[in-house]
Amino acid sequence: MSALVLDAVTKEHPAATPVRALCDVTLRVAAGEFVAVTGASGSGKSTLLAVAGTLERPTSGSVQVAGTAVESMSDADLSAVRSNHLGFVFQQFHLLPTRSVLQNVSDGLLYRGVPASERLARAADAVAAVGLAHRRTHRPAELSGGECQRVAIARAIVGRPALLLADEPTGNLDSATGDEIFAVLARLHEGGTTILVVTHNEELARRVPRAVALRDGWIERDERR
Amino acid sequence: MSARARLRVADVGPLALLGVRGRPARAALSATGVAIGVATLVAVLGISASSRAQLIAQIDSLGTNLLTVSPSAAFSGQATNLPPTAPAMVARIGPVESDAATSELPDSVYRSRDIPAVNSEAITVEAADTGLLRTVQGRLWAGSFLNGATAHLPAVVLGHDAAAALGIDRAGGRVTVWLGSRSFDVVGILEPVTLAPELDRAALVGFPAAHQVLHRLARPSEIYVRADPSSVAAVESVLSATADPASPQNVSVADPADALTARADASAAFASLYLSLGAVALLVGGIGIANVMVIAVLERRGEIGLRRAMGARRIHVGLQFVSEATAISLLGGIAGAVLGALAVAVYAGLRHWSTAIPPAALAGAVGVALAVGAVGGLYPAWRASRLSPAEALRSA
Repeated sequence: MSALVLDAVTKEHPAATPVRALCDVTLRVAAGEFVAVTGASGSGKSTLLAVAGTLERPTSGSVQVAGTAVESMSDADLSAVRSNHLGFVFQQFHLLPTRSVLQNVSDGLLYRGVPASERLARAADAVAAVGLAHRRTHRPAELSGGECQRVAIARAIVGRPALLLADEPTGNLDSATGDEIFAVLARLHEGGTTILVVTHNEELARRVPRAVALRDGWIERDERR
Repeated sequence: MSARARLRVADVGPLALLGVRGRPARAALSATGVAIGVATLVAVLGISASSRAQLIAQIDSLGTNLLTVSPSAAFSGQATNLPPTAPAMVARIGPVESDAATSELPDSVYRSRDIPAVNSEAITVEAADTGLLRTVQGRLWAGSFLNGATAHLPAVVLGHDAAAALGIDRAGGRVTVWLGSRSFDVVGILEPVTLAPELDRAALVGFPAAHQVLHRLARPSEIYVRADPSSVAAVESVLSATADPASPQNVSVADPADALTARADASAAFASLYLSLGAVALLVGGIGIANVMVIAVLERRGEIGLRRAMGARRIHVGLQFVSEATAISLLGGIAGAVLGALAVAVYAGLRHWSTAIPPAALAGAVGVALAVGAVGGLYPAWRASRLSPAEALRSA
């Protein structure tokens, strides 16, 4: 089964002269794949991730997440798709400063109606999976940038999503820490997680088994290594 | 189809406190308006309740079994007197423990004979039974009350205000006043009489002296009756017919304790001005919370976007901000209730009252604070819930 199918997706941002961010993009991501989407600024890669993540609706074309067509769903049903099937990692870590690592990660299950004790137990596993078990009681302010991003990754995978979407996860980090984050993603992929990562860093993208290059909203290249 | 995204009820409280814990100083400042409003409400209601409780306790300690019998205003509007036999008849009612009559005399009292007659200071001269002080549970501020001997002599006992008006601050010895057309010795001064405040501005002489010294007929104009506490109603029902069997409709019977309590209730109405000030403070507090929450929504777009990405529905985001506004207001309400209660305790303490804060006032004030927060949070919550997730994340 495909974790994600984009079929002839076009996305225009409304403006005086509408900006076409994605043009007729067709992309199929199979379960268990690790895909990097690259491209210059303005090539449409973040829009692609937003459409794939049901954060934005396509102007035309169809989107399927974990086998379910989502383009005509209600807002509440889209929330359910995100809650049950998707995990997100962003360039900004979006960690809550007053909550510990474990609590931040457990919030990944907040909108699934999971009881707090079970959320914390599952968060402990996710924190261990990103190698931060020793930091679980720390606050975000006590962590390095790389550690914060690993917490955000743990929060995204705590619900075992069908697809992990990462938007420039190394954008705020130095290259060594960026390497570290990609290593964490690679480990998760080996463990069976399906990952779509958007990055402008060609070097990191080359380590990923499949790289999709975007240019002006079109898929320029789709290479498997 | 995926399972619906849902938020457990148990998680709403911790979510509401997130923003409060994140910016405690801001939360405290925005709760201040509500705290002031609630403190005002609690203080006003508490002080008026304490004052009323104090008065009732005072009346209770003096006994609620005092009744007064007086002539009702005649149809012609002219004051009448009770029949001369009335005191003796009233005393024969079984459960009457004590009784005392007074009779208003057409005389005036002056500090000395040199004072012009018009300067009567509105002091009434009354003949009084020697048992009056005991019956109304009055106390002497100085000197002694009329007794079997002084009731026959040109001797006078002054009410508290009457003594002040005449400029007399001691009794006995050679202190005299000019009463009728001769000098009277001041033998006593009363303390204020709670249950019979009309005595405070009276000069009391004995009935025998009224007859023999002032040459007045002195028919009773008021009878104070102390009844057995368990039979007050029974005594009250027969008093008018006993005092004047021929025309009981000319007799009016009153319970001074009831009248005083009613007056205390009426004075609570003056508190409404302060209550409306408290309501204005609450309104301003609610607007302040709404204002701060609108800013919080702008600042926390990233968090809102992330929550939507994690599966929060619009209503979950809205609920978070409404409950956060409610939590801030509730904290302000609780702080205000404590402050208001302290203010009541201090005020009552200074006046040697016992503190009485109606629980309904506390609960009502905190309930109003809850409502103010919820209403103040509606608009910011609506704005937060309308943010599109992608836009919220982009603009963060």
